[in-house]
Amino acid sequence: MTIETRTANGVTILDIHGKITIGEGSAEVRNTVRELLQAGKKSILLNLGDVSYVDSSGIGELVSSFTTVTNQGGQLKLLSLTKKLRELLAITKLLTVFDTFDDEAEAIASY
Amino acid sequence: MTNSWGRDYDTATLGRARKISGPILSGELDISFGSSLDYLELVQDVSESVGRLAGFDDDGQYWISLSVRESVTNAILHGNKQDLAKKVALSFHFEKHRLVICVADEGRGFDESILPDPLDPSNLLKPSGRGIFYVRSFMDEVSYRNLPRGGWEVRMEKKLKSNQGEQADDD
Repeated sequence: MTIETRTANGVTILDIHGKITIGEGSAEVRNTVRELLQAGKKSILLNLGDVSYVDSSGIGELVSSFTTVTNQGGQLKLLSLTKKLRELLAITKLLTVFDTFDDEAEAIASY
Repeated sequence: MTNSWGRDYDTATLGRARKISGPILSGELDISFGSSLDYLELVQDVSESVGRLAGFDDDGQYWISLSVRESVTNAILHGNKQDLAKKVALSFHFEKHRLVICVADEGRGFDESILPDPLDPSNLLKPSGRGIFYVRSFMDEVSYRNLPRGGWEVRMEKKLKSNQGEQADDD
């Protein structure tokens, strides 16, 4: 898994590529988010359009990142969910927790 | 890796096998490996290939592989506690209208009735506890048992919809 970071209108966008699974270093997402918070960047958008596979540990990483950001007064939102990831979030009622977007401009404007 | 016909397979061969020989709707494939998370990618690849061999569509293959991956992860982490000397046994049983998958470890198992409900509002934001829920969601039947020889086994069953079998025959 690789993560590229960019910024648009004060929102830090993490373009995540590959798998978010227990065997593929799912802690990378959590660690990257933690580093952003330490740098004072609290508006975070995870672009998941190029994520090929997520398991329950990966879902847990997304949840953990969300609660960490929220507890520090920030906002973490999700962009470009794949059909499979949307289903994983839906059946565990997590679509009621996360703000999700299909359009990046719309997501950035929401902060 | 060998199957019940005594032929050797690697995962690439499994992926191509149906194109060569047509759907395989009976038989058995057994795999055994040490308790390392490094095997998860192999497990996922094999499970997807087996799903394809059995005639499941892309979605079916995906959810089968996810369920197997979750079950094997539990076996490695919680059953065998990542002790490399302890084995995880994974078996696929091809039947005409269903695929039966068993994952066995050398642990003591667990009482599913006391597992927290991941849909309970108080658990929604917990970082763990969804794996078994996903398995139950995506497989048609799931059961657990203590093995007579010791150890713990999860048995999962996925039924093949009739139109999936017809599609497989037409490929």
